[in-house]
Amino acid sequence: MRLQVPLAITFIVGLVMLVQFFVPHKVGEDVMDALTAWARIIGAFALVLGIGSLFQRHLERMRRRREGWQYSIVTLLSFTVMVIVGLAWGKEKGSPFNWAFTNIQVPLDASMFSLLAFFVASAAYRSFRARSPESTLLLLAAVVVMLGRVPIGEQLSPRLPEATEWIMSVPTVAAKRGILFGVALGAIATSLRIIVGIERSHLGVESRT
Amino acid sequence: MRIDRRLIYLAIAAVVAAPFVFNWTLPLGSASPRTRAIYRHIEALPPRSAIMICFDYGPASMPELHPMGIALARHAFSRKLRVIGLTLGPEGLIMAQNALSAAAKDYGAREGEDWVNLGYKPGFISVILGMGTDIPKVFRTDHRGVPIAELRAMEGIRTYADLGLVVELTASPAINDWVVFAQSRFHAKLAGGVTAVMATDMYPYLQAGQLIGLLNGLKGAAEYEALIRHPGLASLGMTSQSFAHVAILAFVVLGNIGYFATRRRRR
Amino acid sequence: MSGTEALAAHALPPLADLLGLWLAAFLTLAIYSFLYGDNPVYKFAEHLFVGVSAGYGVVIVYYESVIKDMIDPLLRPERAGLDHPNYWVILPVLLGLMILARFWRRYDWLSRWPIAFVMGLGAGASIPSTVQAYLIVQLRETIRPLWAPEAGQSLAAAAWSSFGNILLAGGLLCTLSYFYFSREQKGVLKVASRVGMWFLMVAFGAGFGNTVMARMSLLIGRVEFLRYEWWPTVGPVLRAIWQFFAGHSS
Repeated sequence: MRLQVPLAITFIVGLVMLVQFFVPHKVGEDVMDALTAWARIIGAFALVLGIGSLFQRHLERMRRRREGWQYSIVTLLSFTVMVIVGLAWGKEKGSPFNWAFTNIQVPLDASMFSLLAFFVASAAYRSFRARSPESTLLLLAAVVVMLGRVPIGEQLSPRLPEATEWIMSVPTVAAKRGILFGVALGAIATSLRIIVGIERSHLGVESRT
Repeated sequence: MRIDRRLIYLAIAAVVAAPFVFNWTLPLGSASPRTRAIYRHIEALPPRSAIMICFDYGPASMPELHPMGIALARHAFSRKLRVIGLTLGPEGLIMAQNALSAAAKDYGAREGEDWVNLGYKPGFISVILGMGTDIPKVFRTDHRGVPIAELRAMEGIRTYADLGLVVELTASPAINDWVVFAQSRFHAKLAGGVTAVMATDMYPYLQAGQLIGLLNGLKGAAEYEALIRHPGLASLGMTSQSFAHVAILAFVVLGNIGYFATRRRRR
Repeated sequence: MSGTEALAAHALPPLADLLGLWLAAFLTLAIYSFLYGDNPVYKFAEHLFVGVSAGYGVVIVYYESVIKDMIDPLLRPERAGLDHPNYWVILPVLLGLMILARFWRRYDWLSRWPIAFVMGLGAGASIPSTVQAYLIVQLRETIRPLWAPEAGQSLAAAAWSSFGNILLAGGLLCTLSYFYFSREQKGVLKVASRVGMWFLMVAFGAGFGNTVMARMSLLIGRVEFLRYEWWPTVGPVLRAIWQFFAGHSS
């Protein structure tokens, strides 16, 4: 029962959504509207799972006094303050919540990702080698695109942006389309396996082979 | 010869900061055909048409995508179009509000009348699917809690067919879901604004006509700012971008010189 | 006077804005301190980020989903644009609450029901749309005329366009050959596979070029913030501090 009911739910809902695609009738639309509305509400609860997990991990770290446990206090305290401030004073512009987002979350998030600029420069020096004809081809394509996508490239030659656009529009499309076909076929196969109950990993159970 | 990685970091920081410190600028150059396609499409829309901009990004992708959102909104307001903003990720809520209100200020566009921020809804695919049949059923109010029926900006908007254009601004593969569900199933007129990382993945869609046009990274944003003759942060950043790319190429060349020299010595 | 106007007039912006700017600048530099080496300031900033962003998510989901999609339709239907309460909402709310059963090992099997629902919906919806968008349309657009000059197009331009169409179709077949492992790759298949690899190298090279552009843009964004938003306040703040201490000492 604990497995059969969820498998039946997946099968019924999946089949309804699949068939509904081919039924351009108001009844079909209403069914899809209802099911997608339910999914939106369920999606909101999934966030609670993530937050609960976060709490569990950091509380455990503090309890066992693992390395860096003091920083877990920072995480849990900042989380609590952010939630209280948001619920008490709202989220509109001018509120403390909005201020915290703009002056704490934005600079931290943006700066953390901007570190990648430094790492890509270091990687370009250390790893990007023309070891073989294939890697040389990769390197050449990268050089053309890097120069063609910036103003200095067009200053060097107006052909560079044209060459960049051609590389992106022809050989890149051919290769990416091939990958896209593979991804699509894999996605369709996996979706079918989920609907008929062969794929069960999302239920925490071994799949049937 | 091994260069300490911290020297590389310092060099990159100096190269990127220098144009801002010394006010160096390079001419931007011409806009790509993919950017022009979006511009021309919006130019051709009659007044009071509505375009939907989905602000699916957070602070991490702000430098590339936020200027796109502002430029698109500015263009729409200058053409007396309505703008419907929304987001499918929580971080996009404030991004959308900031971008739309910044653009609206310059053109006297009023929230509720000329533009609206529908806010955030979780569930991704279910939101895109739901909007295909009934947008007001998915977003019953705007982000302030004002019912849709009371918003002039949402008059006559029920499905994607009532929109002149849908633009997805994102740094994630989310745009694939917009192509698969909104464009393919409901025939939404779809354009993309993506971080440069995603650009190569978008070209099959462009070539197939599934995307009307594409804004590619900071350059795409700068190109659009130039087309609407309203340079902003993206345009300011392009000189630094040029210098940074040349620096990266210099590192690649240096690294390869060292590699081939070492290989020759070993032989 | 707004913050921007105050900056333009070399006056100090409102205190909250000013404190926010300096906090943002401090946190930016705290993150960049990692480039020299891992340190307590960076670790503090990192953990602060995790906490604040998680809290932000909870608040937004509360206002945008819990209130608007669950509480209002049930208890305040007029705010949701409804004539009367929509009691059907109780069912998905119950399913959503079942997800939380994952926190109790004895009852975590209950969480399978909502997960099964969402997975079934996604799987069922994606099959026909994926076939249409990824297979049919993409294949159709690959099979292009080998020779179809547009009106007014020169012979050279038409030939180049035709060459592109051939390359597109040929490149796709070769790329698919590269990923075909059901037979031993020899003969024609081996040649096609090798050509496919070249196409992939060009695509990955283009991808790398664009990735470099994206990463640099992130740094440029931060430099723009420091240069145009924070740096103009440094002079007025130092001046204000000087005037404060000079006034107190006299």
